[in-house]
Amino acid sequence: MYLGDVIGRVVATAKNETLEGRTLLLVRRRADGRAVVAIDAVGAGAGERVYVCRGRESSFAFLPDPAPSDATVVGIVDRMDPS
Amino acid sequence: MQLARVIGTVVATRKDARLEGKKLLICRPVDVDGGDEAGYVVAVDTVSAGYRETVLVVQGSSARMSSGCEDRPVDAAIVGIVDAVSRDS
Amino acid sequence: MILGRVVGTVVATRKHASHEGRKVLTVQPIGPDGAASGDPVLALDGGPGVDAGMGDRVLVVQEGWSAATTVGPEGTPVDAAIVGVIDAIELAALEEGAATA
Repeated sequence: MYLGDVIGRVVATAKNETLEGRTLLLVRRRADGRAVVAIDAVGAGAGERVYVCRGRESSFAFLPDPAPSDATVVGIVDRMDPS
Repeated sequence: MQLARVIGTVVATRKDARLEGKKLLICRPVDVDGGDEAGYVVAVDTVSAGYRETVLVVQGSSARMSSGCEDRPVDAAIVGIVDAVSRDS
Repeated sequence: MILGRVVGTVVATRKHASHEGRKVLTVQPIGPDGAASGDPVLALDGGPGVDAGMGDRVLVVQEGWSAATTVGPEGTPVDAAIVGVIDAIELAALEEGAATA
């Protein structure tokens, strides 16, 4: 898992049916500054610091529903020590 | 998931039977501003994407969670056509 | 999946039982334009429906379950398998129409 900042959203009308109703967030990875598209599982929004689960395990956040996710926002960071 | 743009198609007659009827598209990763990034991936289309469209590509074993790709040898799938990317900062 | 070209074959007498009867091929990854990129990888051929050989352009799947079940039962120790032999790569021309590579 890795830390990131929500910097935007992606809108896609035509999408795989398993993505219906999902929010697609644009997250900038803290480690390297790269932007990834992640599915939101916790109601995260713009400007929030979040942590992202990657790999197949990231789709487990939506069980029992299938979701083709390779990156899921699974937590909103309140604080860190050290920050 | 990765933002990417469709740049081509792959045609293969001799292939694993589980790929029959699947459209294989060559996708080049793009950044948030639509600029080309390095590399490419061949992805199975699940949303009727077309040339030059910006799409969402999911990779790895997660690709098989897409409807239409279950139980197929797929390590990359196009799961959305991007209408807009909005940035807050 | 990635695109590649079969540039060699590997013969191994002693190998995992699940690899018996499968060709072990050396595949040079290529870009959409056909140019070599990166180091060659070893991949198992997908079997009778695929039957890749020297010089063929191929589709290689690199995800565990997909590669394993292309070759044999789930759990087969393989991380790259050839799932298709490419007939044509059609690239979207930047300005108009489509080109065939």
